[in-house]
Amino acid sequence: MNKINKPLDGILVVDFSQYLSAPSASLRLADLGARVIKIEQPETGDLCRDLYFSNLVINGQSSMFQAINRNKQSYQVNLKSDEGREKVYKLIKQADIVIQNFRPDVAERLGIDFDTIKGIKSDIIYAELSGYGKEGVWKNKPGLDMLLQAVSGLTQLNGNQNAGPVPIGLAVIDILSGAHLCQGVLACLHRKLNTGEGARVEVSMLESALEYQFESVTAFFRDGGEPTIRAKSNSAHAYLGAPYGIYQTKNGYIALAMGQIPFLGELLSCDALLNYPEVESWFTQRDEIKDILGDHLKTKDTQDWLNVLEPADIWCAEIMDWKTLFDTEAFKILKMIQEVEMSDGYKSKTTRCPIEINNEYLTSEIGAPFLGEHNNSIEKEFSL
Amino acid sequence: MLPLKGITVLEFAQFMAGPSAGLKMADLGARVIKIERPGTGEAGRQIAIKNLFIDESSMVFHTANRNKQSYAANLKDPNDLAKVKQLIAQADVMTHNFRPGVMEKIGLDYDVVSAINPRIIYGVVSGYSAKGPWAKKPGQDLLIQSLSGLVHLTGNADDNPTASGLATSDIFTGVHLVQGILAALIGRHKTGKGAKVEVSLLESTLDIQFEVITTYLNDGNQLPQRAKQGSAHAYIKAPYGIYETKDGHIAIALVPLNELTDAMGIQLPTEFADKATWFDKRDDIMAFLAPILKKENSKHWLDIFEAKDLFCSAVNTYKDLLNHEGYKALKMDQEVETSDGLKMKTTRCPIRIDGERLFSRKSAPKPGEDNTIIEQEFNL
Repeated sequence: MNKINKPLDGILVVDFSQYLSAPSASLRLADLGARVIKIEQPETGDLCRDLYFSNLVINGQSSMFQAINRNKQSYQVNLKSDEGREKVYKLIKQADIVIQNFRPDVAERLGIDFDTIKGIKSDIIYAELSGYGKEGVWKNKPGLDMLLQAVSGLTQLNGNQNAGPVPIGLAVIDILSGAHLCQGVLACLHRKLNTGEGARVEVSMLESALEYQFESVTAFFRDGGEPTIRAKSNSAHAYLGAPYGIYQTKNGYIALAMGQIPFLGELLSCDALLNYPEVESWFTQRDEIKDILGDHLKTKDTQDWLNVLEPADIWCAEIMDWKTLFDTEAFKILKMIQEVEMSDGYKSKTTRCPIEINNEYLTSEIGAPFLGEHNNSIEKEFSL
Repeated sequence: MLPLKGITVLEFAQFMAGPSAGLKMADLGARVIKIERPGTGEAGRQIAIKNLFIDESSMVFHTANRNKQSYAANLKDPNDLAKVKQLIAQADVMTHNFRPGVMEKIGLDYDVVSAINPRIIYGVVSGYSAKGPWAKKPGQDLLIQSLSGLVHLTGNADDNPTASGLATSDIFTGVHLVQGILAALIGRHKTGKGAKVEVSLLESTLDIQFEVITTYLNDGNQLPQRAKQGSAHAYIKAPYGIYETKDGHIAIALVPLNELTDAMGIQLPTEFADKATWFDKRDDIMAFLAPILKKENSKHWLDIFEAKDLFCSAVNTYKDLLNHEGYKALKMDQEVETSDGLKMKTTRCPIRIDGERLFSRKSAPKPGEDNTIIEQEFNL
């Protein structure tokens, strides 16, 4: 898609945020067409630059940093110096959106809190992301993804009942809270185009984690506070009945979502399943049903089962790893992988934005910036 | 003023991904009208967890569809379809998640709709996008988690592939749909034109794995290896994980191993002295830490670690969490009430605008509950 046609073309984002949560929001804004300038502290820059996954270094940076910060520019400045701060204020005067995810009071100390910035630019959209909100006994706790998973009850939902707490092996709360921040910013940008007014948008990881679990939290309120019980085996959702789960087959694994147990019994030639005609029993007796199903599915290959289940419109799938998936035609046609290039010519592969607008993918070949890479051009362009 | 005040959304979408997008737009101020089959309404009304129902519709439906109105129309009936087209002419956004070809058959595909209303934003949710050999396969949350590699990231090394135990693909796809729709609304201010916005469960579920897939694409395609015990992230070095204590569990996040062992008052074995080993010898390190952490209660460790600002936490159940002062300060729950006076407690929108939390007492509608008022108001 040509840059000119992107919906946020012409929008300037000044982004003070680090790590993953809020930077994932500015990545989305960048892919939707906004220009994102990362404000990075001297020496280290965004601390995510040195946070490595599996010791992998891509052209001097961590793969995480590369993935999160492509399609952005870097302006390195010392906010603790008057000169540096004045330059940033000048930049903000020409910006539409400011983003930060500092721990409480840090923004005030650096002189980039909401009241100060609103004083500099009255119609700014000021977006802030915190771990636990700004009130209450938890407000100073560090907002790290896995800790939020642990605090919010999320680790009780995954895995089998006897597995203990199981976190989702992905920074889902960082990414979701960033996505919510992005939603709030976009909604307020729409309002600004109508009314001219700026906005303050606040999201916390804990509140995002709770909304993510809105089904099971609402169930907890509804059922009088019963504990979360996962299935003994093949659990894929603590609050859903059999067959919902992942099962071992003779040569791999198969996922089964919703399905009527006796009908499955017929299709799979598993007579023991015919003993569960009552819909309620699929939940209340799910452990024994899953045991029966689990033993039975081990007797044949995944494809044998799919051949029977798919024509009957049963919701099922084979389990794939990335290698298997990426080799399928169905994946290749999505062109989900794009190549990005850093200013020194280093190329690497990453995923693209998942949103398609007017039959065009939102792609960008711009890689992550080196620390302070754009200082000169930004100072010149914005007369800092 | 709520940011989306004045925006009308017609929601043809069913189940979770599309309706969760409608819910977010409703909470941000849009008027969301579900277009539903007369009588039974959308299919998601019958999808229940734990067999929980509020009225004729499930608790899950009520959770994802509060703060909306319902207009019942039979899209196969020419009279009803004509009325829906009049409604479309006056709307800003519509969403659907029919399988490819269905809207063409009904006669409400993007070409038809944009001819009726060139300013409309037309949002589509699919399982695998409209192209390719999987286009017509059923797109369901667990199946997408299973196909997308997500299930290989959670749980321990010897466990089966492990799904996230909630509708992660649906939720993120809905979130991305809102992002695309709102961006298109912003674009419309400049161009005066609407847009077609498409998301799929598969692409959205790949997007949330963007960091780890980027790692995979640049490390010579090494598949993720989960830790042997207490695994919390396949790509992060020790001590990151969940540990059993004498009376429960604690979570330890990004903490330098030497600082952790110092805080625990134990010697860091020389074989783990080099930081480079903290990923490669992760299983050995976690196995070394586990029996020591198990000797004391959670509080013992948390007091020590928190005093040193090491990133760790208690592991809560809903009961622990929802009775805690830290939770109560958020005012995260709200009560909604149906037109019959049935009440349900649920969560609110997680986004605060201009310092205000966004609450709404309005519950999910019955199918067709708002037909009269909508026909009047929109002159149908």
